[in-house]
Amino acid sequence: MTFKKFRLFAMLLVAFALVAAACGGDDSSTETTVASGGSDTTVVAPPAGEPLKVAFVHVGPVADKGWSWAHDQGAQFIKGSLGDAVEITTLENIAEGSDAQRIFEDLAAKGNTLIFGTSFGYMDPMLAAAENYPDTVFMHATGYKTSDNMGNYFGAAEEARYLSGMAAGAATETNLIGYVAAFPIAEVLRGINAFTLGAQEVNPDVEVQVVWTSTWFDPPIEGTAAQSLLDAGADVIAMHQDSAAPGQAAETEGAGWVGYNTDMTEFAPTAWLTAAIWDWGPFYLETANQVIDGTWKSEAVYGTMADGMVALAPFGESVDQATQDVILEREAEIKDGSFSVFPDPIVNQDGESQPLGDIQIMDYFVEGVIGSATG
Amino acid sequence: MNDSLLMLTVVAAIGLGTPLIFATIGEIITERSGILNLGVQGMMLMGAVAGFWATFTTGSLLLGVLAAVVAGAALSSIHAFTSITLRANQIVSGLALAIFGAGLASFLGKIGNDPLVGNPSREVFEPLFTGWLVDLPLVGPLLFGHDLLVYVSWLVAGIASYYLFHTRMGLSLRAVGEDPASAEAAGVNVSKVRYVHVLTGGALAGLGGAYFSLALVPTWQDDPIGAAGWIAIALVILSSWRPWRAVFAAYLFGAASRVQFTLQTLGEPWSDIPSTLLSMLPFVLAIIAMIVLTSGKRARYLGAPAALAIPYFREER
Repeated sequence: MTFKKFRLFAMLLVAFALVAAACGGDDSSTETTVASGGSDTTVVAPPAGEPLKVAFVHVGPVADKGWSWAHDQGAQFIKGSLGDAVEITTLENIAEGSDAQRIFEDLAAKGNTLIFGTSFGYMDPMLAAAENYPDTVFMHATGYKTSDNMGNYFGAAEEARYLSGMAAGAATETNLIGYVAAFPIAEVLRGINAFTLGAQEVNPDVEVQVVWTSTWFDPPIEGTAAQSLLDAGADVIAMHQDSAAPGQAAETEGAGWVGYNTDMTEFAPTAWLTAAIWDWGPFYLETANQVIDGTWKSEAVYGTMADGMVALAPFGESVDQATQDVILEREAEIKDGSFSVFPDPIVNQDGESQPLGDIQIMDYFVEGVIGSATG
Repeated sequence: MNDSLLMLTVVAAIGLGTPLIFATIGEIITERSGILNLGVQGMMLMGAVAGFWATFTTGSLLLGVLAAVVAGAALSSIHAFTSITLRANQIVSGLALAIFGAGLASFLGKIGNDPLVGNPSREVFEPLFTGWLVDLPLVGPLLFGHDLLVYVSWLVAGIASYYLFHTRMGLSLRAVGEDPASAEAAGVNVSKVRYVHVLTGGALAGLGGAYFSLALVPTWQDDPIGAAGWIAIALVILSSWRPWRAVFAAYLFGAASRVQFTLQTLGEPWSDIPSTLLSMLPFVLAIIAMIVLTSGKRARYLGAPAALAIPYFREER
């Protein structure tokens, strides 16, 4: 066989493999229609004695010590409480978008009765999968769509974001805080606005400069974005990202850092101020128990600091006692409902007063934020 | 002047370009021998995890660098064996290596009771010089503001360039990449030359990976290097298989990765450009540069080795 023929053969082989893979995809979707035909919409609890099969689908690695890690801690909380009564499957690094539907359907076909998707971009793929597998309970984090067998859950991170903003506002000397943000969606805009309002409460002159990275998890990109903010004069870095890279950049430059998702002190012990963090475990356990009991109902759950889904991370050593006291006082008021993070009406980026509107679809910046709310 | 945004951007671009310099020059050396190794991403990730592991275990950055070099070379030896000894399709073998290396690195980071993943690095490459040297106008931050590996990357470029174009062994290497049959007739051991340079390329890719896990983002994560390995392959063409040009191509790419964020901090009208467009900037720039460089008459001067990616069968034809 000559080289040219060999190369042609190899190319054909690759092409064949791709076609075969594509056909495989078609097969599974056909199977889907058959499986879903004729079944009713009530969710069936697993037979007694058999473990409940639960699956988690994450957009990043669970070891990010950030967003996906926090959800994985929740999964381990279920396992720790229910032991052999549950069987947990975890998929990491699953891209958002239509391909995720295949993943969800595959998990449902393999007998998982409860499937969690922990990223915003899974919303529509999961909705489509839920329609094809009406006997499976789907739970989507951070979105806004539900169906008969797809619930939606998230928490009021803005409450803790506000408090972390207070720590940042007290820490900054240049009165410029840099904010590394992933995508211009309501969840992120809410966080930036709450953070800014909190910073302004303790420091009226503060401004928050936002840069968009277009990624949830990409350490070099996140670190570069943080560095560009530090170079532009920011002396505190906040973030809506999943890795600790922005904090490492802040640590190197002697700046302050407000993290997100989990206590990330170990990555930047000097820079660390505090962060809005998640505790998904109790909610995940409750959901699993509801599915086991057959009492699960589709609804949109919005956790708070009061019920413990959202919390404020431990303070770093540079946050003085006076600042901590003011923040903890506010925290108590948020928890008992006497303080609300967003005023209504609210002053927007252009300095105009406008109605607050539904914060679940918030699409504007408040006064004091520099950057574009559309990305 | 040293605090100007332009200067800070250039310094950041040098940092971001450094891992690309190692990987690109490594791939240039590999391709000059006529072997195309598309597994750079896998070799970089193996270097990143091995370097992180060694430094994490021993506390020594030097051992970290050594481990990264060994790990990159070890992984590339698989490609050397399949493409030189077995004469398999180099594209398929290289792509397999990229996927295998990424998976293996991720796996190695997770095993054991106290896995590496999610930990910050124990030691980090810090700027080598402090004090008045760094405060010198212009040359301070440009020449003296870097960590050791940045200077090593310049040294690597210098040595690679001298080796390729001014030594007998470099001549043999280029001959093997252009016309292995003639080189063999002239007494060069084609297999040996190819093995040595594929391993050298792997070692440099491993070093580039370690720059991420020990300097740029000093932590181990599943995917801490972005798409650097794939970009390095494009930069080989952009630098037309010449080591010094690789340095500038890498810095150009580093600057583009950084400028997308600096533009967002400059206010209007810059901040009105959609950030999604800006995040494409480095890749658009690379594509444009490649089109300009590889079109028309310029292509002849590019210097792609004539025997690149063609398996060599002794005594055939």
